[in-house]
Amino acid sequence: MARALINVPAKAKRGEVITIKTLISHVMESGFRHNQIGVRIPRDIITSFTCTYNGEEIFQADLHPAITANPFIAFTTIATESGTIAFTWRGDNGFSAAESVNITVE
Amino acid sequence: MNAVRKRARWLAPAAVLLALAAVISARAEIPLAERRSGYADLAPDTKAMQDDDTSNPGMLAVLDGEALWKTKAGNAGRACADCHADARVSMKGVAARYPAFEPTLSRPVNLEQRINICRTERQQAQPFASESKDLLALTAFVGMQSRGQPIAPPADERLRPFLDAGREAFSRRLGQFNLSCGQCHDDNWGKRLIGNIIPQAHPNGYPLYRLEWQSIGSLQRRLRNCMIGLRAEPYEYGAPEYVSLELYLMWRARGLPAETPAVRP
Ligand code: HEC
Ligand code: HEC
Repeated sequence: MARALINVPAKAKRGEVITIKTLISHVMESGFRHNQIGVRIPRDIITSFTCTYNGEEIFQADLHPAITANPFIAFTTIATESGTIAFTWRGDNGFSAAESVNITVE
Repeated sequence: MNAVRKRARWLAPAAVLLALAAVISARAEIPLAERRSGYADLAPDTKAMQDDDTSNPGMLAVLDGEALWKTKAGNAGRACADCHADARVSMKGVAARYPAFEPTLSRPVNLEQRINICRTERQQAQPFASESKDLLALTAFVGMQSRGQPIAPPADERLRPFLDAGREAFSRRLGQFNLSCGQCHDDNWGKRLIGNIIPQAHPNGYPLYRLEWQSIGSLQRRLRNCMIGLRAEPYEYGAPEYVSLELYLMWRARGLPAETPAVRP
């Protein structure tokens, strides 16, 4: 099971710029490496990351083979209203993980 | 592949060090007041990564360990938590005093081995393999309960011969480069080996997340890396020689705060 760590402030002032940080466990096997007997290790990476704020997409990223294991993605947004910030990661071999956190905006 | 790269990287500096070593005759242990964790040598970004539990990738393993702590296993059908309850209480300070003497084996065991003893004797389950994800996760979880506590090797007379063996191993020259651990880590800490700062080699952050490994790893894995770098034959995981070295490293780091899970380059 993929583990994820999310860092979003629990409370923010309306209009404030907040930083969102996410970290997820994943091998991010590039598909370019070979094992000890020369067999290519198949690619196994996260290919996309999406963040929604009360259902509206606010950040999206495509991930590629040169990204390290356990990708850490940080970005900012403007706190507009209280609600839910949700995250989805998708990748090779049907990989899918989701997390969400609540934020109170005053 | 890693080993090959390491060798290449270390070749030139090792030659320089060999020359240095010829100049330095008698080695001395680092005075207590000058001891500092490998944390002190980190770049600001890496420090920030270790300091924030939501950006420290070692915490992913801690979360796995916490889940395993509560999972029933083996013929006994018991979880670690069934006997040890809340790890925050029962495991506080435990990692800071390992390796410890194990009377049934008449020798010291490290934390991984101690966990595996409970795994086989108390849970009656198959032991975790060395360096396996589950063993690292449980060790990181137990280790984190000592975070901030001073490293406190037990004052146990039965450990003395093993501690002496570890100290002796630390000053013994080894590998094709014919260097001892101490020639780098006692005599030349703080200097650079190509881009890397030579740390004092303290064991206070293990298991830790190493950026080069892109994963969490044990102290023995780190020792193995240094031995391969010296073109020496590394011991098997779990070998008593490693445990003696670990014991000496813990003694040498006494008083430094535990940082598990630390982050290192
Ligand atoms: C059936 C009960 C039982 C279970 C299950 C059990 N333990 Fe233990 N454990 C003990 C007892 C009793 C001791 C101390 C006595 C001894 O030396 O064996 C101990 C000792 C330890 C110690 C050393 C503590 C110290 O102060 O030195 C560690 C670490 C530990 N256990 C971890 C674990 C972990 C991790 C698990 C799950 C994988 C686990 N134990 C499962 C009963 C248990
Ligand atoms: C040629 C110099 C050299 C020798 C000899 C050497 N090491 Fe190292 N060691 C290093 C360097 C450089 C690093 C840091 C690597 C990095 O940052 O990538 C390191 C890292 C370490 C660490 C990790 C410290 C931390 O903060 O996590 C330990 C522990 C260690 N060495 C122990 C040993 C032991 C034990 C030996 C003898 C078997 C040994 N080393 C021999 C150069 C050396």
